[in-house]
Amino acid sequence: MTVVEETTTAPVEAPAAPEAAELPDRPRRIGGPTRSGVLSLTGAAVSGFCLTVLLFGELAPFSGVLGFTVTAYLAFLAVYAVLTGLEENGQAVRDRVMTVVLWTAATLLFSGLALVVGFTAWRGREALPHGNFFTQDMQASGPLDPLTHGGILHAMLGSLIMITIALAITVPLGLTCAVYLNQIPGRFSRFVRTIVEAMTALPSIVAGLMVYATWILILGMQKSGLAAAFAISVMMLPIVIRAADVVLRLVPGNLTEAAEALGAPRWRTVWHVVLPTARSGLATAVILGTARGIGETSPVLLTAGFTAALNADPTSGPMISLPLAVFNFVKSPQPTMIARGFGAAAVLMALVLVLFAIARVIGGRGPGHQTRRQARRTARASRRDTARFAELHAPGLTLFEADPQVAPFDRPTGSATDEDPGQKPGETH
Amino acid sequence: MAATHHESDRTDSDRPESDGSESDRPAPRRPRAARGLGDRIFRLQLTATGVVVLAIMAAVGLFLLLRAAQALRATGFSFLTTAEWQPDVHHFGIAAVLSGTVLIAAVAVALSVPLAVGTALFISDVAPRPLRRTLVTMVDLMAAVPSVVYGLWGLFFLQQHVIGLSRWLSDWFGWIPLFTVDGTQPGEPLASESVYTASTFVAGIVVALMVAPIQCSVMREVFTQAPAGEREGAYALGATRWGMIRSVVLPYGKGGIIGGTMLGLGRALGETIAVYLIISPVFVIQPHILQTGSNSVSSLIALHYGDASTFGMSALMAAGLALFLLTLAVNFTASSIVARSRSGAQSEA
Repeated sequence: MTVVEETTTAPVEAPAAPEAAELPDRPRRIGGPTRSGVLSLTGAAVSGFCLTVLLFGELAPFSGVLGFTVTAYLAFLAVYAVLTGLEENGQAVRDRVMTVVLWTAATLLFSGLALVVGFTAWRGREALPHGNFFTQDMQASGPLDPLTHGGILHAMLGSLIMITIALAITVPLGLTCAVYLNQIPGRFSRFVRTIVEAMTALPSIVAGLMVYATWILILGMQKSGLAAAFAISVMMLPIVIRAADVVLRLVPGNLTEAAEALGAPRWRTVWHVVLPTARSGLATAVILGTARGIGETSPVLLTAGFTAALNADPTSGPMISLPLAVFNFVKSPQPTMIARGFGAAAVLMALVLVLFAIARVIGGRGPGHQTRRQARRTARASRRDTARFAELHAPGLTLFEADPQVAPFDRPTGSATDEDPGQKPGETH
Repeated sequence: MAATHHESDRTDSDRPESDGSESDRPAPRRPRAARGLGDRIFRLQLTATGVVVLAIMAAVGLFLLLRAAQALRATGFSFLTTAEWQPDVHHFGIAAVLSGTVLIAAVAVALSVPLAVGTALFISDVAPRPLRRTLVTMVDLMAAVPSVVYGLWGLFFLQQHVIGLSRWLSDWFGWIPLFTVDGTQPGEPLASESVYTASTFVAGIVVALMVAPIQCSVMREVFTQAPAGEREGAYALGATRWGMIRSVVLPYGKGGIIGGTMLGLGRALGETIAVYLIISPVFVIQPHILQTGSNSVSSLIALHYGDASTFGMSALMAAGLALFLLTLAVNFTASSIVARSRSGAQSEA
């Protein structure tokens, strides 16, 4: 996809140039700012603004900030189209106007999202500076207590416990299922994949209802952290499977083929080649699933119950998670409780942000790319393997055509500098 | 892609539809005989995991159906047509909540799709190249922001600031039944502001912001996969950038647009907390999106699960089942559209 640059390097002359044959090869500009473009953009913005001021102030009975903005924007677009039309043809005018519209759409979306995040962080500033917010629970604090009393320790601990249990369930199950989808193709695995994909957008409250129906109503258990963790697992499982499935598909085929060619059984290929190659992507899949799971309120709402006290035992008694705490705080009319709610929401958001950053750092690399430490570790393992192979075949076996006397001693040093992770020790021959 | 199929041909079910298998047809090795005990256990274990996952997913629908059977048997078909929710006197149905759910989702999708398509095109084709990776990360990050955060923003920020827009819409477009607000006249400045709050429209805006990043990330993925050759072909024929987008990227990405939209729709239908925080629940079919009062299936469940009797719980399960089936249908449609279209992962081969 990187071929289409802002200025394509293809030898295409500007179509308007009549003496094209004499001109040197000059790339055609596609997009990007030009002097006249910037000038007409500025001019259009100014005149659109002025036109709207005139409309609102003098000519028409319009009012309102929003109406002003919309009118100004439309006037700006119209003026810009006219200005561009003075020197360009119709196609170029459409191109310029649509470019502006796309910029606007992106700006709107990103500013809307920035507003959501910024607003929460801003309102959270009241509760966050108090140290007790992170070290106390709400057991001894009522709605009327100031912010210097009580905190969200119980919710943070609850979130931690729930997500740990949920991860303990979803990581083995989800990753194994993703491997299954990739390694054993067939009608059944295609069916499983279809179901899993359809389930990725499972309404979270339905996951909560399902666990409520089975664990609490049918099995007669109590509402507890464990039940909430089950609900989160049901919700997270399809997300993790789908993301991991996509990552596993990206593992280069020549790596697995190399392993098979060396005679490795399928499980060894998966364990030693496929999974390590996709490790960073799998970590990303798990972390993204975690971010979703930790932020979901409704499955926890139905299954965890509500408590203001610290409860570290997921098997008995109600437990609360961060999003549920936020939800309960802001239902109260008291300003301090609402401030606590925003504080908890800011903490939750920061948590998701950190998880996401970790996922980016780990998953930024494609499959097969390693950090320097991983590469060193691979090289070490590779050296060990070579030594082992050499030892194995040392007494005059002709499987490796190298001289058995020299093999065990000089080969390890030869492959030590070789840090290519894809290269198996056996291939050096 | 093709490579994974190569090695998959070694499995016992050597099926013809695995593409790209011609290249290793003359393979001299008979892998079937080479499979050892370890591999057999391995395959068994993998298949077992697949079955377990499938069972969990099936259990969601099955147990909901099981628990909902009592309520469904009591009401029969009127479950779909009754608007009130009084399960203890056996007079309840999902007409109001389901229509509210669909309306909120429709508002959300109507607002989010133009934004998402525009932003996806912006990231894939217009944005300055160094900026693109950052924007992709930001969109993905926004898709992971917890829904309760969006709910807070809608409740404490948007609610007050949207009144002007709602009033303007109902003043100028009140003649469209959708935008009618009872109890107000166009141009009447003294009308109570509270008739515009807690409405379908406000909930729709919040849900729109929530689903737009998800839709955007699906669409962007498809847009960036549009073949470079065709893009350059369009440019070589003298197309402007917008001309290229219209003739190459949009037709190629049609499946992605539809799929992303549906995925967002599925998410919007199931959204609980943000909607619950914003709307004030009413149990009538409320087609006026600007007017206060709305409802949705998931917020109904969140509202009533605590004080429900056994039969009431069964009724809630039935409502949950309806929501589940609705989102399932939407998702299946979405994934089949994406899979069948030219866009998507299948096209890279």
